[in-house]
Amino acid sequence: MRGTILSSVATLALMTTAAIAGGKVTVITSFPDSMTGPIEAAFEAAHPEFDLEILNKKTSAGVKYIQEIAGDNTADIFWASAPDAFEVLKGDQLLSKVTITSEGIPDRIGAYPLNDPEGYYFGFAGAGYGIMWNERYLKANDLAPAKEWMDLAGAEYHGHVGMSAPSRSGTTHLTVETLLQGEGWDQGWSQWKRIAGNFRTVTERSFGVPDGVNTGNFGLGIVIDFFGFSSKASGFPVDFAYPTVTALVPANVAVVADAPNEDGAVTFINYMLTPEGQSVLLDPAIMRLPINPATYAEAPEGFPNPFEDSTIGASVKFDVEKSGARYNLVNSMFDVMITYRLDDLRAAVGALHEAEARYSETGNEEAKALIDEAWALIDANPIDEAQSLDPEFAGIFTKKRRKATDEVGERQAEIEQRWDAFVVENYARATELANKAAAM
Amino acid sequence: MSSSSSSSGAQAAGLSDRVPNWLVPNLSGLHIAAVLIALLLIGLLLVPVAQVMIVAFQDPATGAATLQNFVDFFGTSLFRESFWNSFYVSAMSVVVATAIALPLAYITTRFHFSGSILIQSLGFIPLIMPPFVGAVAMQLIFGRNGTVNLLLRDWFGISIPFMEGLNGVILVQSIHYFPFILINLSASLRNIDRSMEEAAQNLGSHGMRLFRRIVFPLAMPGYIAGAALVFIKVFDDLGTPLLLNVNNMLAPQAFLRISSIGISDPMGYVISVILVVFSILSLWASFLFMRGKDYATVQKGGGGMAKRSLKPLEKTLAYGTVILILLVVLSPHLGLLLLSFGTIWSFAPLPDGYTLQNYITMWEGSKTFILNTVLYAGIAATLDVIIGTAIAYIVLRTGIFGRKALDYLATAALAVPGVVLGIGYLRTFHQIDVPFTGEPMASWWVIIALALMIRRLPYALRACTAALQQVSLALEEAAESLGATKRRTIQKVVIPLMTGGILAGFVTSFATAAVELSATIMLVSSNNDAPLAYGIYLFMQTPSGRGAGAALGIVAVIVVAIGTIASQIIIERDKKLKASGDAH
Repeated sequence: MRGTILSSVATLALMTTAAIAGGKVTVITSFPDSMTGPIEAAFEAAHPEFDLEILNKKTSAGVKYIQEIAGDNTADIFWASAPDAFEVLKGDQLLSKVTITSEGIPDRIGAYPLNDPEGYYFGFAGAGYGIMWNERYLKANDLAPAKEWMDLAGAEYHGHVGMSAPSRSGTTHLTVETLLQGEGWDQGWSQWKRIAGNFRTVTERSFGVPDGVNTGNFGLGIVIDFFGFSSKASGFPVDFAYPTVTALVPANVAVVADAPNEDGAVTFINYMLTPEGQSVLLDPAIMRLPINPATYAEAPEGFPNPFEDSTIGASVKFDVEKSGARYNLVNSMFDVMITYRLDDLRAAVGALHEAEARYSETGNEEAKALIDEAWALIDANPIDEAQSLDPEFAGIFTKKRRKATDEVGERQAEIEQRWDAFVVENYARATELANKAAAM
Repeated sequence: MSSSSSSSGAQAAGLSDRVPNWLVPNLSGLHIAAVLIALLLIGLLLVPVAQVMIVAFQDPATGAATLQNFVDFFGTSLFRESFWNSFYVSAMSVVVATAIALPLAYITTRFHFSGSILIQSLGFIPLIMPPFVGAVAMQLIFGRNGTVNLLLRDWFGISIPFMEGLNGVILVQSIHYFPFILINLSASLRNIDRSMEEAAQNLGSHGMRLFRRIVFPLAMPGYIAGAALVFIKVFDDLGTPLLLNVNNMLAPQAFLRISSIGISDPMGYVISVILVVFSILSLWASFLFMRGKDYATVQKGGGGMAKRSLKPLEKTLAYGTVILILLVVLSPHLGLLLLSFGTIWSFAPLPDGYTLQNYITMWEGSKTFILNTVLYAGIAATLDVIIGTAIAYIVLRTGIFGRKALDYLATAALAVPGVVLGIGYLRTFHQIDVPFTGEPMASWWVIIALALMIRRLPYALRACTAALQQVSLALEEAAESLGATKRRTIQKVVIPLMTGGILAGFVTSFATAAVELSATIMLVSSNNDAPLAYGIYLFMQTPSGRGAGAALGIVAVIVVAIGTIASQIIIERDKKLKASGDAH
């Protein structure tokens, strides 16, 4: 009796697998259903022998998931925006090196190399960072949309801006790093802190920013382009623009090491790079920049084309190695100086805006000196660029010991506490100076 | 040991007489149950969590065992501040939640008040709102540019910062968790012996004094159980502060540090350990507070306190209070309802237009989510009340060695952040294969149900413990002296008397398991296995999916509300049966 049950279970199992010859392809992705749905449908129509199984996880959770299941891997594909997440997986030898046959795909999008030079992961769509705003909110608050990053630091935007933290969102990390590379370390951080002084909030998820702008919780957000395009396409009273200093970076896809269905995984990646697969990206709910220049012929009016419009994302040569070397360090600095001390920073910058407004009336030079001193305190960084690129120092933030004998000098907690004390004191002193200047 | 000795009859019995007592324990069914539960808790809670938490005790540089990380924790001003913020928010949430729950519980149990069942059920509904959905809806209503503030600004030129910083967390948490107090307090109030109150009245006590000196103290076990739950839940709740983007609290600090890409900062794990320890301390404090106070009442026939009819003026006042409270606590649901029927809702008091399209979109892709949720939450809640009743009985009625540990262990699940449990399960169960199918156990749907069971066990346990505390030992002794066996006593006397509490526990576990996300999001390995909260999360990640996500949220609320109202009706009927039994 038991034997009969067992064998019928086995037959049933065989039958279900036989129904789909190519088998199941398991995809771990951070992309929303509205994006994976149309692509899945198009792929399964073109390749009915495969069954795409989509598993949606936040990028960070997806990376953790693949790391945790590595011993007995069940995932075939990792599919997400942030190249850094792929770098982490590649570093852990969790990606498989495969050969992709695609035609008509250029080597670069903007200034960013499209594929991993070693062939572990591949770009399939482009994305750039920019500013998104809510028309109704701006109108009600009598504001004009900001066009450049530094516009967001203007006094009129105080408390109206939102952004995600780079430690929370791989795409936000790229935005932060882009400015640091485009403007230089000190200048870049100074700009970030002045913009952050206008933040209403630092959101926990990258989607929290478009969500906040869509609902009108805050007026302007620093977001990746497709959030702006797809929100607009869904009917929200919002719009989006690229500032001059931005990087276009690819969204990526890779085959996971020891994939149960590598064949199916490679077929899927190949399909996405065909003109057919690329045109799905123009679906109103997706709105990503195709990387096949030919696909832009089908794009709707006004859709940006980075392959023709050279102003998009051309001004920064994004250095992936530099970014990778200090990845966690930059995240930690942003959190310590901005995310966790936003109230202090906002108070200081707000006070400075007032002091500056007052100075423009009085022209008091003594006040001006205090204002400059206060700005210098806000701009001050706990470490310089050389230290950020020192592998030994940056290593404190990754804690990846190659051997048991490896010693990492200080602990992250010690350093963060020192930075925290540094910025808290500086922000408090800056507020004091600003108030003093405003009273003059 | 005992099984081998029992096999060889009389000789073994002789042997067991000679060896010390502790070596051959008298293994009753209760002992076996205790051992099984202990194994279950160790396997499903302790081991997985230890797999993750061990990082807190390792030197990040060398991997050697160390306590240095804890020194760092207390040496970091940000963490000290986070600790204080978490404490402040938890304490304030208990205060605000009490202010909401007490009038509702009192009015509905103390007076003849039509619609009591409805109010009790409605009052429960806030708990079944997935936390992130609740925060979205609350932002739309109370946020900086939400309905209330936009209208206030238009009419009076003012705005009230309901949702700014810690205020927002306290407001959302109180509205979300006050049902814990409501449900436990109501159960306690119903169980108060009428004769106590009558005795007090005979001695001339009435009004506030009666409430303060007699009624409230007698309802203390339920209130403390509820308040302790609120405190602990708020203390380690992650979803609400995260969604309101409040980072300077302990749970978000732990989460942010554990879940960032490529970061293996031990501080996240240190905070998790501290959360667990602090929660256990709070529970211990609540036990200390209750110790030595006997709240059991012998007579159960009275069916709770005498109900009084209200005078017309009092009635108006009572209805006014109840309606006002319900309006506030149900505002997230109103917001969600509007969102689910709305087209675009942006910087406006109400959506621009209304449509059914969201429900159509939702229905096309969500049937499995709904079925899965009912299945998982059903399994989890059923196991929870069985285990919860068993633990409560073992702790309160037996002298089994380590019984307190069982209680603390089960309760400690409260303090384990869902992410930590999720990662722990992946680490523990990924290498074990499910019999027959050969897939890793970590990607088997049953694991999701078990994770939910562990996460919600403390709720059921508190409810069952409070219920048992109010059953007088004398009743059991009476049954046993009349010749009933222990087993029969439990079956025929204890459990029937605990019905209300057990049902309360089931409903709490089921409803909250149905909307749980943090552990499941780590464990879902296929969209076909995904529960409802995960489906809402998927929808809510896209600008076009907000309406559909809200529609699915409404379905979640309705599914759980039906369950809640059904069990309320059962409780009421049970009460009436008892009351009529008394009359005969």
